[in-house]
Amino acid sequence: MSTLSFHDVRVRYGSHTVLDDVSLEVTDGQTVGLVGESGCGKSTLARAAVGLAPLTGGQILLDGRPVPNRGRRPVQMVFQDPYSSLDPRMTVGESLAEAMPERLGRTARQAEIARLLALVHLDAARAADLPGRLSGGQRQRVALARALAARPQVILADEITSALDVSVQGAVLNLIRDMRRDLGLSMLFISHNLAVVRYVADHVAVLHNGRIVEFGPTAQVLGAPRHDYTRHLLAALPGAVPLKEQT
Amino acid sequence: MRAARVLLRPVGFAGFGLLTLVLLAAAFAPVLWGGRAAAVDTGNLLAGPSAEHWIGTDNLGRDLFARVLVAARLSIVLAVAATAISLVLGILLGAAPMLLGRRLGRLVTSAVNVLVAFPGLLLVLFFAVVFGVGARGAALAVGVAGAPAFARLCHTLMAAVSERDYVAAARIAGVSRIRVLLRHVLPNVAEPLIVNATMAAGGVLLTFAGLSFLGLGVQAPSYDWGKLMQDGLNGIYVHPLAALGPGIAVVLAGLAFNLTGEAFAAAFGLGDQPGRAHSMEEPREPVAATPAVPRTVLSVEGLRVTIPGPAGPIRAVRGVTFAVSEGEAVGVVGESGSGKSLTALAVAGLIEPPVRVEAGHLVVAGEDLMAAGAHRRLGTSLAIVFQDPMTSFNPAHRVGPQLAEVSRFHQRMGRKAALARAVDRLRAVRIREPERRARQYPFEFSGGMRQRAMIGMGLMGDPRLIVADEPTTALDVTVQRQVLELLAEVRRDTGAALLLISHDVSVVTDVCDRVLVMYAGLVVEELPSKDLRTLARHPYTRALVAAVPDMDTDLSRPLAVIPGLPADPVHVPAGCAFAPRCPLADDHCRAVAPALVAGVACHKSTEVPV
Ligand SMILES: Nc1ncnc2c1ncn2[C@@H]1O[C@H](COP(=O)(O)OP(=O)(O)OP(=O)(O)O)[C@@H](O)[C@H]1O
Ligand code: SF4
Ligand SMILES: [Mg+2]
Repeated sequence: MSTLSFHDVRVRYGSHTVLDDVSLEVTDGQTVGLVGESGCGKSTLARAAVGLAPLTGGQILLDGRPVPNRGRRPVQMVFQDPYSSLDPRMTVGESLAEAMPERLGRTARQAEIARLLALVHLDAARAADLPGRLSGGQRQRVALARALAARPQVILADEITSALDVSVQGAVLNLIRDMRRDLGLSMLFISHNLAVVRYVADHVAVLHNGRIVEFGPTAQVLGAPRHDYTRHLLAALPGAVPLKEQT
Repeated sequence: MRAARVLLRPVGFAGFGLLTLVLLAAAFAPVLWGGRAAAVDTGNLLAGPSAEHWIGTDNLGRDLFARVLVAARLSIVLAVAATAISLVLGILLGAAPMLLGRRLGRLVTSAVNVLVAFPGLLLVLFFAVVFGVGARGAALAVGVAGAPAFARLCHTLMAAVSERDYVAAARIAGVSRIRVLLRHVLPNVAEPLIVNATMAAGGVLLTFAGLSFLGLGVQAPSYDWGKLMQDGLNGIYVHPLAALGPGIAVVLAGLAFNLTGEAFAAAFGLGDQPGRAHSMEEPREPVAATPAVPRTVLSVEGLRVTIPGPAGPIRAVRGVTFAVSEGEAVGVVGESGSGKSLTALAVAGLIEPPVRVEAGHLVVAGEDLMAAGAHRRLGTSLAIVFQDPMTSFNPAHRVGPQLAEVSRFHQRMGRKAALARAVDRLRAVRIREPERRARQYPFEFSGGMRQRAMIGMGLMGDPRLIVADEPTTALDVTVQRQVLELLAEVRRDTGAALLLISHDVSVVTDVCDRVLVMYAGLVVEELPSKDLRTLARHPYTRALVAAVPDMDTDLSRPLAVIPGLPADPVHVPAGCAFAPRCPLADDHCRAVAPALVAGVACHKSTEVPV
C-alpha cells in the first residue's frame, strides 16, 4: 500500500469554490476519516483523486507521483448509493472481472472472483447473481470487492454505509476494519456520521466550507476537539446535549 | 418470462398477431403470389371487385389483392431499413458527448436540438431531393430525417445512465470509453430504444407510403403500398378499393408495429401499464370495531396495511396496536421495510386503494379514519413531515402560496390573510427573511430549510398531532439538530403530540418519551425511550441497539450484526417473524407467533439476560 497526498487542492465550478487549498495525507496502511456537513466538498475531494472532478489548482500525488487519471487508476473508489453502483445487467462475477488488471483464463478468473468475494464475506455462488437479487449491504460489499479487484494502492470510500440499514451497516463497518487489519489497506473514509468514523478511522480530517479545519488522531479530534466547528459538530450529535432541556 | 407477459395482454396479443401476419406476408407473398400479381389480363382492365379479383384489377388487368400482398415485402423492408438508419445514426449522435469529450459533444448536441425543432416532413422532403428519387434515396431520406429524434432520445437515456456510479466505477477501473458504451450504457438503454424503434417503424411506414404516393419514393416497375395507392388514385371515384386496399394495408401494418411497441413498453415497465396482474386473493378477515382509548390524540387497534403485489399480497403492516396521549412524543424504530412509513401514512389517512387499510379503530384527534370520508375532516388537526420535502412541495409553485393553500382550503381564509399567515409561520419555524423566502421556489431552499418550511406548513392549522417520517434522515447532523430542536419547540408551544419515525435509534431516544420497535409489520416491543439501550427485552431490539456504533462504542470489539435478511413481507414465516435471525429461536418460536404482552412480543423475553 502507498501514501496518497493532496497538496493545496482547489476545485471550482464557475465562480463557486468547492475546495480551497486542501492538503491532506492518507498514509500507508491508515484509514483517514473525512467528516463535514453535506455540500462541504467531501465527495468532490475523493472524485478529484480519481479524475472525476477537474482540479483548478494543486496536486494529488501517490507516493510522490501524480495519480494517473486515465486507464486503470491505482486509487479506487466505492460509492454511496448501493443501487447505482452496480450495473443491473452484469452478474457480480462479470462486474468483478471487468475491474481486474489483467485478462485471466477462465479457471484463474473464477478463482480470483471467489477470492475477492471471500474477502468481503460473500459466498462464491453469488458470482452468478445479478445485483437485483442482492440486498443493499451485499451490493456495497460487491462494490468493495470490485474496488479490490483492481488491486488498488488506496481506496476511497464515499459514504458507503449511509444508504444502508443499521443492521447491515455494522457488517460493512466490521469488514472495513478487517480489511485494514488483514490487507493493510490505505483508505480515505468519507462519512457525515461521526460515530461511524470514530469506529473505523485512525485519523480524522474535518472539512468545513472547502477547507480542512482540523486534522489529527481520531481519539484526539473527537475527544478533545480544538476547532470550534468540530465542537459544533460534536454538540449536534443526538444525545450530546439533552434536547428537551436545552430548548 | 417477459415474452409471456407481452403475449398475455390483449394489446400484446393483437400487436404480435398482426405483426406476425404482416411479416409472413412480407416473407412469402412474393413467392406465393408473385406470378399472379404480375399476370397481365387484357380482358379484365380496371375491373371492380369480383370473386376472382377481391379488390379488382389495375390498368393492365393485374390482380390488386395479390399486388397488395406482394408489396408488403418492399414496404416493410424499406420501413425497417429506414428505421435502422435512424437508430444507428441516432445512437452515434447521442453517444457523441460520451465519446468525443465535453466540448465537441456539446456542439453535436446543440446541432441535434436544432434539427429536432424542424418539422419532420420538411426534413424528409429536403433529404429526398438531396438523395434523389427512388427507393434507396427515399430510405436514406426518411432514415436521416428520423435520426435527430432518436439522437435526442439516446442522448437523454445515455446521460441518465452515465450519471450512475457503475459507469464511474468502470472508468476508474480503466475500462475504455467505447467499452463503457458497449457494455454498460447501451444494454441499459436498449429496452426503451427497442420500444421507440418499433413504434417509429409504424410511423416510417406511413411516411414511406406518403413519399411513394407523391412519386418521390418507389418507382415503377417496383411497387410498394404508396405506389399502389398512387396508381389507384386516378380511378378513386369509380373504383375506390384500388386506392383504399393498399391504404388499409398501411394502416394495419402501422398498427401492428405500434401495438407491439406498446406491449413491449408495458412489459419492460415503461410508461403506464394498466391492468398489471397483481393479486390480492387473500380474503378480508372481518375486523371487529373497538372503541378508542380515552384521552388520546391517536389510538390504533389491529392496524393492517396490505398492498397488492405481483407475487401475492404484501402484508406490510400486520396488526399494530398503540396509542399516543395528548402532548406525548412516541418514536417508531425498525429496519427499512418493517412497515414504519405505511403505519405513518395510514395514521395520516394518506393511503388510497388498491392499498388496503383495516383496523379495529384508527382514531386521530377524535376522528375515526375508518369511517367513510373521515380524512376530509381531519384537516388541520394533523401535521405531516416527510423525509424528502422536495417531493412533498410542488416544485412549480412558490413556497408561500403553497403554505397559504392549506389555510385557504381548510380554514376558508382569504388569499391575503392566508399569505400573511404563511409568512408568519415561516418566521415561526425560524426561516430568516420570511417575506422574501415565501416568494421563492422549493428548489431555492436548502434541505434543512425545506424541512422547516414543511413543518411550517403543518403549523398553518392548529395541529394536535405531528407525524414525522424520517424528518432528518436526508440532513446532516447540524441541520438535523436544528430541525429536531424546532420540533421540540413547536411541541412546547402548541402542546401537539408527536409520532416520530426513524431508523436512527439515537434520534428517537433523544426526542421521544416512548418507543415502539417494529419488525416485519408488527410492534415487537414498546418501552420508555430511556430504557431502550439498557432494558430492552426483545432480542431484535437488543440487536438493533448493539448494531449501531455511538460515541461510546468499544473500539476493540467488532460491532454486533444481525445475521440474515429482514423478513419478506410476501412470505412472512408462520411463527415469530424474527425466528430465522434470532439466536434464541426454538421450535416453539417457529410454530407460534408471540403476542405483544406487557410491552414485548417474545416467548423468551423472561430468559433474556438483562
Ligand atoms: N458538477 C458540479 N457542478 C456544480 N456544482 C457542483 C458539482 N458537483 C458538486 N457541486 C457542488 O459542490 C459542493 C460540494 O459537493 P459534494 O458533493 O462534494 O459535497 P459532500 O460534502 O460530499 O455532500 P454530501 O454529504 O451531501 O454528499 C456542493 O455545493 C455542490 O452543489
Ligand atoms: S419469540 Fe423466539 S424467535 Fe422470536 S424473538 Fe423471541 S426468542 Fe427469538
Ligand atoms: Mg457526498
